[in-house]
Amino acid sequence: MRSKIAEVFDNCKKIKRPALITYTVAGDNTKNNSLKILNKISKHADILELGFAHNTPIADGGQIQESSHRAIKNGIKLKDVFQIVKKFKKNNPNKPIILMGYFNLIYQNGENNFLKNCKASGVDGLIVVDLPYPENKIFANKCKKKSINFIQLLSPTTSKERIKKIIKDSHDMIYYISMLSTTGGKLKVSPKNILKNYNRIKRINPKKNLVIGFGITNKTISSLKSANGLVVGSLLCKTITNSLKMRQNPVTNLDKVVYNLKNKIL
Amino acid sequence: MSSKIKKNIPLIDQHDKNFMYGGKFGGNFIPETLKKPIDDLTKLFAKLRKEKKFLKERDYFFQTYVGAPTPFIKLENLTDHLGGAQIYAKVVSEAKGGAHKIYGATVHCMIAKRAGKKYVVGDTGAGYAGKMLSMAAKKFGLKCKIFMGAKDIKRQRPNVEAIRKNGAEIVPVTTGSQTLVDAVSECMRYWVSNCDTTHMCVGSTVGPNIFIKICAWSTAQISRELIKQVQEEFGMIPSKLKLINCVGGGSSAAGFWNEFIDTSAQFIGVEAGGPRNSKLHAAPLTNGSKIGILHGAAQYVIQDKEGQIGSTESISAGLDYPGISPLHCFLKDTKRAKYTSASDEEALRAYQLVSKLENISPSLEPSHAFAEAIKLAPKLKSSEVIIVNSCGDSLKDKDIIKQKLGSYNR
Repeated sequence: MRSKIAEVFDNCKKIKRPALITYTVAGDNTKNNSLKILNKISKHADILELGFAHNTPIADGGQIQESSHRAIKNGIKLKDVFQIVKKFKKNNPNKPIILMGYFNLIYQNGENNFLKNCKASGVDGLIVVDLPYPENKIFANKCKKKSINFIQLLSPTTSKERIKKIIKDSHDMIYYISMLSTTGGKLKVSPKNILKNYNRIKRINPKKNLVIGFGITNKTISSLKSANGLVVGSLLCKTITNSLKMRQNPVTNLDKVVYNLKNKIL
Repeated sequence: MSSKIKKNIPLIDQHDKNFMYGGKFGGNFIPETLKKPIDDLTKLFAKLRKEKKFLKERDYFFQTYVGAPTPFIKLENLTDHLGGAQIYAKVVSEAKGGAHKIYGATVHCMIAKRAGKKYVVGDTGAGYAGKMLSMAAKKFGLKCKIFMGAKDIKRQRPNVEAIRKNGAEIVPVTTGSQTLVDAVSECMRYWVSNCDTTHMCVGSTVGPNIFIKICAWSTAQISRELIKQVQEEFGMIPSKLKLINCVGGGSSAAGFWNEFIDTSAQFIGVEAGGPRNSKLHAAPLTNGSKIGILHGAAQYVIQDKEGQIGSTESISAGLDYPGISPLHCFLKDTKRAKYTSASDEEALRAYQLVSKLENISPSLEPSHAFAEAIKLAPKLKSSEVIIVNSCGDSLKDKDIIKQKLGSYNR
């Protein structure tokens, strides 16, 4: 059976546009609002990444750190994250959700227990920022057995040999990090060069769904639309931060931002 | 399954193919972007540590620049005062810059040069790692950036001034608890974005495996000197010998013990117990913290049930860290070393006593080790020997000492 993530890519390819993938942090700015946000933006986005916040993130930029900080301050726990997913999935059973975070939370929860919770709440995929190949092999296999996509990352520093191995072990989606940066850094490489690298990876196995993330905003998204998918995260976190500062509703503001992003890649 | 220490293999090399010590501690839990720079550095260091020219260069800089060997002295007055074991100090604070951090800083700059990098970045808690890196960077002609928690910038002013004087840029870190743990995170984040041009130095024996190795390999100079000095003093290694060292990240203790691993010397590590009535102890080994992942390595770490890293509180910025080197986790698990803690108050009293009786002035970090020595010595026979690593100079703590004790005399 094809996974929901694979189906999304199949459908997007048919209509010749990239999948729009959003990233927000569970519990930002409240547990309720983050569920409302998912419900709203899922009308425009194809896949939803949901961060489970960690307080010592080593690869996140300022915007996502701020969102994580808010979520933790609001008392977000893993069980709340799973609750949010479960409630969302009840109304949107076919919209894929990917949880993203750092390994220590999974480790403390217990790998098997964590995956059991993922399965029970309807999580479709996982991105673990600090569990690279080949150390992730055992955990990735556990995910596969539970039909949960383990999504590997590739970066501009990943060697060709390594890329080949990672692709060979990959599931339905691979994530290409556009540049040397933490999340939300200013795009310091031209979209043209990002696509050049992207296509080089794509040629190794054209069937694999490869998405681009890091530094993508409403200004840059349209120039990258030949990719299979594009991830926008920090811009969304920043929108929440700014909404709170201006005493506006983050849910409606985020809805508008994601709607605009979608229009740029149609 | 309990792990064992292997004989005749350097402690830093006792890991498995996944870079784990005892199958449980260490490893490389890092973002994909850092995989290649860390692999490159791992290969380069493996080559350099076997290269005669590099070793000669290291010895040259340690001798002419750092100042080797640092003194090994008997603390006659303290020994008489306590009445018990003979107490000695390895006065590592006599090394250039006033602490053991100069060893790692020098070696990192030598490596950065070989790697063709023009920039070095580092984290710092007490400010010593930052001060030494800025000094060494200046000497080797490298541009330097230091990440330091905003809280530490306030409480370690003398070292902050020294860093600036050496021409390095200090980046204040205002996230989280604004101490060492956040400085290390921010430094790693900076490296993720700049790993193509920049060499990262981790200030202690923490982080991804290669940084643990480079740091402990560098501070091992302390015990290379000491083992000779001990043999000269006693004609042999005393059968009842205790080597006492403070541990925060664990870099000075790793270096102080390294050459004695295969001897009968007892190792005692002293963690920061924090203020007497506080629960925020920076003492993951003493207090039985669970294994978790912090800054790219599995280790005993202060954390909540969910896996969020806990905050700590200590009078000594250099020990104020929720984790501990995987090397020390391994030494604890194999029972090769014992770990205990001293409170802020005990450390201050130890500082006061030692600096009053002796001609040395240990910083608040080694004062934790002296506190344990002071506790133990009266219970031991005069045939027993205690050596304390006096790994830092108190000058950087003058503001805190003045505030807590009313005056700082030097």
